[in-house]
Amino acid sequence: MTKKDAPPRWDRKMQQRLARGEAAALGELYDRFASLVHGLAHRVLGDEVAADGITREVFAHVWEHPESYDPKQGPLRSWVAALTHRLAVQRLRATETAALAEGGGGSTEELERKVRRAAVAARADYIVTSMPAPLRAALDLAYFQRRDYRQTAVDLGVTEDEARRRLRLGLQLLSTAHDAGTAAAPPGYGGAV
Amino acid sequence: MSDASEGWHEDADVPDGPGGNGPTDGTGADRSPAPDRPPRIPMPRASVEDGERPLPTLSAAENPPVPALVLEHPVLKSLLGAWALAACSAAEATAVEEHLGDCGSCADEALRLREAVGLLHPPESLDLDPALRTRILESCLDRRPPRIPVPEWAAPYDAETARLDALLQDIGDAEWHAPVRLRWFDGEGPTSRRTTVAGVIAHLLTVDGLVALALGLDDPLADVKAATRAPAVRTETYWQTSHFPPTRSVRTPWREQSHDLVRTVSFAGGSDSGSAKLAVSYGDFELPLHDAMLDRAFECWVHAEDIAEAVDYPYGPPSGRHLNRMIDLAARMLPVVLAARRRPLVDAGKVGRTLRLEIEGSGGGEWLIPLDGPPAVGSAGEEVAHIALDGVEFCHLAAGHVPPAEAAAGQLGDREAIRDVLFAAASLSRM
Repeated sequence: MTKKDAPPRWDRKMQQRLARGEAAALGELYDRFASLVHGLAHRVLGDEVAADGITREVFAHVWEHPESYDPKQGPLRSWVAALTHRLAVQRLRATETAALAEGGGGSTEELERKVRRAAVAARADYIVTSMPAPLRAALDLAYFQRRDYRQTAVDLGVTEDEARRRLRLGLQLLSTAHDAGTAAAPPGYGGAV
Repeated sequence: MSDASEGWHEDADVPDGPGGNGPTDGTGADRSPAPDRPPRIPMPRASVEDGERPLPTLSAAENPPVPALVLEHPVLKSLLGAWALAACSAAEATAVEEHLGDCGSCADEALRLREAVGLLHPPESLDLDPALRTRILESCLDRRPPRIPVPEWAAPYDAETARLDALLQDIGDAEWHAPVRLRWFDGEGPTSRRTTVAGVIAHLLTVDGLVALALGLDDPLADVKAATRAPAVRTETYWQTSHFPPTRSVRTPWREQSHDLVRTVSFAGGSDSGSAKLAVSYGDFELPLHDAMLDRAFECWVHAEDIAEAVDYPYGPPSGRHLNRMIDLAARMLPVVLAARRRPLVDAGKVGRTLRLEIEGSGGGEWLIPLDGPPAVGSAGEEVAHIALDGVEFCHLAAGHVPPAEAAAGQLGDREAIRDVLFAAASLSRM
């Protein structure tokens, strides 16, 4: 549905309805965010069952603690994504640490690298799904459909200058996925993108 | 940074790139850096999608040397995104790469953008198991019981609309216009009406609107007056008065209305409150609100199957618990239809003949169908016939998708009674 550009009013109302204990609101919350949550968790963990588990945790958290979301801090969608990111990265680190302790191969450095790579990949996915539609459309044409920028311009009905601008800007946004530390606090889920 | 570039090199070493496991299409040559390129910036990376279209030509190995292109710094800078995506001409790529050797800021950005390209993935198929929704919501509600629950009789509608919406999320623009044939049984025989996937959602929107009307919510047909409340009339009115054939834009109003219905009936409360007395008018007949919500759940599933078939998408039956309630509604409506087909033969309160309807499979059970009209009471003592069939098969019969004569039913006893009941079941269907 309209995953993006949900007015802040929807976010506030949703929070109030959850706080009031409306089961129907929980269903709506799930319908709006489940594929985002599951997709991010899956990108981090690479495992269907583990992603199901994170999805369960995220919705349980929001349902049990709706007050922990502050609408003034940004959209609910970003908050849910950041929560998912945090829980999924925690789970990945715990699983990998356990595997390391059991004598599986690898080193702590490799573990950290793996965790960081998973975190960056998940942030990148989020950035792509959240960036303005014209930028995403340009990237889609140039990358997945293999159109060059001139063809992209024609397909989008914009000037070649504009097509180049969109491709560059889209990649610039995407590159911010690398900017976080080791994902203690997951940036990249701001309302700006 | 070091981590990221490592990630990139790993990708570059894999012939198919991340996620690529399809056959290579000969573009592999474009993926390895040409020997004469500056090693500082990795070569443009091929898309992981091995589509039919050729990559924009890039590799110097494949192309004759291009005449040098002289471009200004701002132009070169503006080309960095297209260059990183291998989406500019060979001459432009060469000009950019030469420039990168001289311009530190562009080189930094080029590297950054090239790494960003490595983060693009084809969107994963997000087919969430519909059962996951039920499981997760139930586990949440166990942990914190809701103050305003969704009534049990509205749960099938909630689940079926969510299931259909998940299907709709996955289909492309063109598929919204895929032809769908709505089929039902008009009492005489099978009949059908041609529409599209979007047309089916418009149909669900307008008929669900009858429940919205009964609850005092907005009627999706408020702007155009339909002659009657009959579902087919409302649907045809909606189709005919919209200037354009329905598109995927119909999904949002349909979904918003279905969410509003679930929310509103939750506030209307459980079966002991006033909501039980509310009736939903379908024009020439009425259903109590609880049954109307079951009916709408049933229709949602049936039409979701129509859509799934049209766009070649797998679609399973409802959960056993919900299927059972839908079958129960049909079983309860059968005597009314039987009565309309034939005058009651016994007086009210008298024990009439019955047929035992045995439904097999998930959601199954046994129902005693009074054959002599609603005034008579169903009783096992007067059983004159017995039919057994699968739950989904029974629903397909009741949806008018299986002709009564062809329903795969085990039959025992009075053949005329069996024929009557199978025909009555098919007559429950409508557009």
